Amino acid sequence: MKNKNAQDKKILLSHGSGGTAMSSLINELMLKKFDNPILRQLTDSAILKPSGDKKLCFTTDSYVVNPLFFPGGDIATLAVNGTVNDLSVMGAKPLYISCSFILEEGLDWVILDKITASMAKAAGKAGVQIVTGDTKVVEKGSADKIFINTSGVGILQKGLILSKNKIKTGDKIIINGEIGAHGLAVMSMRENFKTDIKSDCAPLWELIESMLIVGGVKFMRDPTRGGVASVLCEIAENSAFGIQIKEEFLPIHENVSSFSEILGLDPLYIANEGKVVAVVSRGKASSILSKMKKHPLGKESAIIGEITKENKGKVLLETVIGGKRIIDRLVGDQLPRIC
Amino acid sequence: MKYITEYRNKNLSRKIADKINNALKGYKGKISLMEVCGTHTHSIFRSGIMSLLSDKIEHLSGPGCPVCVTPNKYIDTAIAYSRLPEVIITTFGDMIKVPGSSSSLEKEKAGGGKVKIVYSPLESLEIARSNPEKKIIFLGVGFETTAPLVASTILTANEKKIKNFFVLSGHKLIPPAMMALLESGEIKIDGFICPGHVSTIIGETPYYPIVKKFGIPSVIVGFEPIDILEGIEMLVRQIAENEKPKVENQYKRVVRSEGNEKALSLIDKVFEVKDSVWRGLGLLPKSGLYIKKAYSEFDAQKKINVEIEKTKTHAKCICGKVLCGTKKPYECELYGKSCTPENPIGPCMVSSEGTCAAYYKFKK
Repeated sequence: MKNKNAQDKKILLSHGSGGTAMSSLINELMLKKFDNPILRQLTDSAILKPSGDKKLCFTTDSYVVNPLFFPGGDIATLAVNGTVNDLSVMGAKPLYISCSFILEEGLDWVILDKITASMAKAAGKAGVQIVTGDTKVVEKGSADKIFINTSGVGILQKGLILSKNKIKTGDKIIINGEIGAHGLAVMSMRENFKTDIKSDCAPLWELIESMLIVGGVKFMRDPTRGGVASVLCEIAENSAFGIQIKEEFLPIHENVSSFSEILGLDPLYIANEGKVVAVVSRGKASSILSKMKKHPLGKESAIIGEITKENKGKVLLETVIGGKRIIDRLVGDQLPRIC
Repeated sequence: MKYITEYRNKNLSRKIADKINNALKGYKGKISLMEVCGTHTHSIFRSGIMSLLSDKIEHLSGPGCPVCVTPNKYIDTAIAYSRLPEVIITTFGDMIKVPGSSSSLEKEKAGGGKVKIVYSPLESLEIARSNPEKKIIFLGVGFETTAPLVASTILTANEKKIKNFFVLSGHKLIPPAMMALLESGEIKIDGFICPGHVSTIIGETPYYPIVKKFGIPSVIVGFEPIDILEGIEMLVRQIAENEKPKVENQYKRVVRSEGNEKALSLIDKVFEVKDSVWRGLGLLPKSGLYIKKAYSEFDAQKKINVEIEKTKTHAKCICGKVLCGTKKPYECELYGKSCTPENPIGPCMVSSEGTCAAYYKFKK
């Protein structure tokens, strides 16, 4: 962006959608100004080595959601599980989280009461303690009801290195179940659509730990904002390999696919809050898959594709009818179409 | 969803594709098939249909994306309205990114303009009710498919005496645009994939003059991969086997030959047909829907004055030509460089139904 244009440039909603606009914001501002070797990795959590042979993982995330409560979860479960999952996909056992609230003047006490109770319950379920926090109240209109920031630390499993560099042709791509539910659950609540779709919001450490015990896991990401498509694009980008996935293998529940169909949305780009996309070695894929299926959060796990020598840097989807198309990063928000 | 999965069957798709490819084996030259519906554009790219078919078939996208054919002046008017403190703009989602002469609704929204995305025009009435001190302007963009909904919203507002709801009508009709494309003679079209949604409303008859005057086979087609393949097969049969050109209906499970009389009568009650400006095609006779005098109290243009900036278009943007099928997106020097879905310069890069956006997303 040239300087003369930068004067008029404004932050748009798309700068927070997990797509290309957000990447350019991070690259142009944060990365340039905060640059250091740890940040440069752009992983879900930073890997720190304070002393000794133990490595820590450290991450932070802010949670803003409208409505605060939705089928399958609320802002509190998101604030706990989102942070816990960012640690888990790095291969770190989540231990402690912080919790900062920004509250809008006039918020009902009972709402905060309900949210803190839900947070405590979610932390217990995720096996973490909320050990520090902060609360600020801003004037009415300066925030929308309640914003939560949580940071988390976890201990990286000994000797474990998960990295894109380990990925090879023939590796398989696994996901732990149906996609697209979270984004649609929030949306249908917000827009007052009657659906039975529930958010998949859940803490993933237990499931991930069971996968790590089998061995062969090379890289993991949680497909939140921007959905599975964005995670796959991120894995393929600037890599010496390509990714091919098959539409027919994608676990998508019927209510999600019909609702997306009506609104012209693509479930591949819709946010999930209890999903992990893992690249695993071909040899271990089936044992990892059967292990995952035994966990309540992995019953519908599926191998959705594989790493290919062809189409370097790209994600190719074989459609249900056998056609082929390229999957690209999400640009802006997914917007409902006119007809 | 049962009815959807059946229309996405792999083996059946393969079979129809083989049939089409076989029919074209002895055919000399190429066949250009044009669809005039954004959902077809999107569906064809999304399912990868063309990758199954012989390269003798050329797929052209015509002026079927409602956002794309809306001229700059309309967008500028909407932007100017959004700057009025007493106005709340309500719109379908994909309008907000469309660039006008110097701004877009998305940018106005970030600058404090009141722009709200709705999923149905009827939501605007709710917004009007809960904001009695504001004027709610719905951006009425779309073809025969959306016009009845907007007409019915205006009728509801009239019935319930909602005085602060208005429509900025930019509705357009598809068959006049198809005619205009053929009349221009600038492009070779061998067959039309006629829009399923629009045809649900208008039926088969409006296509007869096209076939009669220009002898172009026209098939009304649904939106699932099997629908589209079957529609292409019907067109290829007419073309390659030299059948007498005719209107056929592949989408019989939804489209009746007489259309939807109720929806048509709603359009007729509220709107009148007049000449209208299309991006890329210019002023087309009898191709736009304007609010009738009887309902002029809901007509934003008649009731709310606003000053509009001088309309400018980017000198290098070829959206107009892309919309007519005379140029492909990649022939534009802005495509993929300064014009991307993130920073669209032309409207065809905005909507997921837009040809440039579809190329960018699915082909590159």
